[in-house]
Amino acid sequence: MLNIKNLQATIDNKHILKGLNLNIKPGEVHAIMGPNGSGKSTLANVLSGKNGYEIKGDIKYNGESLSELSTEERAQKGIFLAFQYPLEIPGVNTNNFLRTSLNSVRKAQGEKELDALTFLKLIKEKASELGIDEKFLSRQLNVGFSGGEKKKNEILQMKLLQPKLSILDETDSGLDIDALRIVADGVNSYKSKKNAFLIITHYQRLLDYIKPDYVHVLSDGKIIKTGNADLGIQLEKTGYSKIV
Amino acid sequence: MKTEDLKNIKDYKYGFTTDVENIRSPKGLSEETIKFISKIKNEPKWMLEWRLKAFNRLKVLKEPNWQKPKYPKINYQDLYYYSAPKSASEKPKSLDEIDPKILETYKKLGIPLDEQKRLNGIAVDAVFDSVSVATTFKDELTKKGIIFCSISEAIQKHPDLVKKYLGSVIPISDHYFATLNSAVFTDGSFVYIPPNTKCPMELSTYFRINASETGQFERTLIIADKGSYVSYLEGCTAPMRDENQLHAANVELVALDDAEIKYSTVQNWYPGDEKGVGGIYNFVTKRGACRGKNSKISWTQVETGSAITWKYPSCILQGDNSIGEFYSIAITNNFQKADTGTKMIHLGKNTKSKIISKGISAGNADNMYRGLVEIKNKAINSRNYTQCDSLLMGNKCGAHTIPYIKNNNATSTIEHEATTTKINEDQLYYCNQRGLDQEEAVSLIVNGFCKEVLQQLPMEFAVEAQKLVAISLEGSVG
Ligand SMILES: Nc1ncnc2c1ncn2[C@@H]1O[C@H](COP(=O)(O)OP(=O)(O)OP(=O)(O)O)[C@@H](O)[C@H]1O
Ligand SMILES: [Mg+2]
Repeated sequence: MLNIKNLQATIDNKHILKGLNLNIKPGEVHAIMGPNGSGKSTLANVLSGKNGYEIKGDIKYNGESLSELSTEERAQKGIFLAFQYPLEIPGVNTNNFLRTSLNSVRKAQGEKELDALTFLKLIKEKASELGIDEKFLSRQLNVGFSGGEKKKNEILQMKLLQPKLSILDETDSGLDIDALRIVADGVNSYKSKKNAFLIITHYQRLLDYIKPDYVHVLSDGKIIKTGNADLGIQLEKTGYSKIV
Repeated sequence: MKTEDLKNIKDYKYGFTTDVENIRSPKGLSEETIKFISKIKNEPKWMLEWRLKAFNRLKVLKEPNWQKPKYPKINYQDLYYYSAPKSASEKPKSLDEIDPKILETYKKLGIPLDEQKRLNGIAVDAVFDSVSVATTFKDELTKKGIIFCSISEAIQKHPDLVKKYLGSVIPISDHYFATLNSAVFTDGSFVYIPPNTKCPMELSTYFRINASETGQFERTLIIADKGSYVSYLEGCTAPMRDENQLHAANVELVALDDAEIKYSTVQNWYPGDEKGVGGIYNFVTKRGACRGKNSKISWTQVETGSAITWKYPSCILQGDNSIGEFYSIAITNNFQKADTGTKMIHLGKNTKSKIISKGISAGNADNMYRGLVEIKNKAINSRNYTQCDSLLMGNKCGAHTIPYIKNNNATSTIEHEATTTKINEDQLYYCNQRGLDQEEAVSLIVNGFCKEVLQQLPMEFAVEAQKLVAISLEGSVG
């Protein structure tokens, strides 16, 4: 599904990704761990097509070169990023945003757009699965949401848009114990043979709930170690210093 | 999106011209011109005298020049002050009498005038250059005692009301453009709502400039008698031309005891091209008097067009407990300029005013909020709340806020908040990541920014206005 070869990324003269390789197949869950500032969010941004990076190397997504595609085209083709810091958009009703988003994606995929009523039914269902109060849906997008509420809202969007590749950037940070379990359940219930996850996290506790097939350690813009789920457990004990 | 597609949308879709034979006044501003206008409108003597009084006053007035947007000197002798389709020189009595070309024009503008296809629940007065060509739903309104007609017709048929109220809010000698308008005004709407009557539908006037080298001098007068309510909306468009055309309107509102007037504007005059050539000079005086106790006047404006917009819809809060509101969205793109805001003059006790202004600038445009809140010493326990937000798109545009505040009363309070933000790249990225393209994302964010104002518009127009906001800014980011 995703093949990254020797990826380099620079922004504002700062060389961040320095030759990164990664392959993800449908149905797999990959976790990326690594020290602050090692380039994890940068990788997420580069994959989802944020502007401003100077990029070298090759990224293929389902055989297609990503560099040709705009951010929205990537999203429409099933790449989803749950932001480390979800943005607030004042004056924009959450429901309205989610419907516009879903319909943009549906339209691009040649599916029928949903009318307001059908959408409302769908979104209420998805929200209740994540224990999100309906009231949030009529509030302004992320405005005044607590840190945890914003993160849950990201997962809600993931479940709504049904992406093929879901990139979760520290979605677990800021979640209380119950919310962590709800979010993890959300991810697990969405997991299937067809879609894949790239989960960026600092903590093993998320990986206790969502069992990764691979754990990668990203340091100074490169993946320096890859292992199975045990690597996460080991890192929790020893920290990065042993391997970095 | 391809640049070609983008250009198509960006093109001003109301920029066409209708080819009709016109009757024009002599060129230039003179007593002769004024007499011509008055005569062709078959006006009573008092009206002509009123006009001439204004004209004499005009001779000693100077054009103001304190505004931020400067413009080349207007040669008032080089304009036509009256231009009307020949076919409309007698106001058509029924639709069959209207020139099909004019009917077609309004249809193209999305304002069907024929009774079967007319807009649901909205009565329309259609003003084409200097004359009103049609007013719909008249009979239904007449049954309730509501008068909705052109000001020309009101001068003939309801002279007492016109004499009593015309110029009572904007005096003849108010300032240069108001006085000019008083001398040469041609058409506009007249509304009278009788006591204790809620107007059952939206009233609206659609102003269309068609002829070249012609100024449009609209005059509108709305009176809400005791305990009545009316919601009124005006829309405006003009052809694309290289010349700058002047639209100098006077709009007066009077609300008596317990009456409420809601006045909304969606202004989409031709803004000029991307290089700043052509476009309308929209120099307008709009003022409402909350003359009675517990009366309320609410202005809502969505200003997206014109080369220069220069206007301050105002409220004079005379009656005790009266309320004035001003909700504004002013969008300037390319080389457009706006200097707009409001005046809230508190005279009565317990009067309240609220100002919500949203200025959006893109391209090389310049956007100024200028507002006066004045609380006089007798206006005890009065309140004003002002919020001015500016949104900038790109680095070449400007936003300015100048609030003038005069509080002469210790029991009264004035609150002012202002923010300036840049359209946030990260917000756009977030939207793009959710599948929205750049235009959709901009439209969403900007409409969110304007929401408090958009939701003041009558339902029927809110959606249109939202689209207009998006179209005005298309291509201005990314
Ligand atoms: N626009 C920029 N200009 C300069 N430096 C940048 C820019 N964006 C990111 N960086 C730097 O690049 C490095 C990698 O940032 P990134 O956000 O990818 O780290 P991260 O691994 O996600 O860290 P964390 O675990 O703290 O979230 C950091 O040192 C950051 O300061
Ligand atoms: Mg990060």
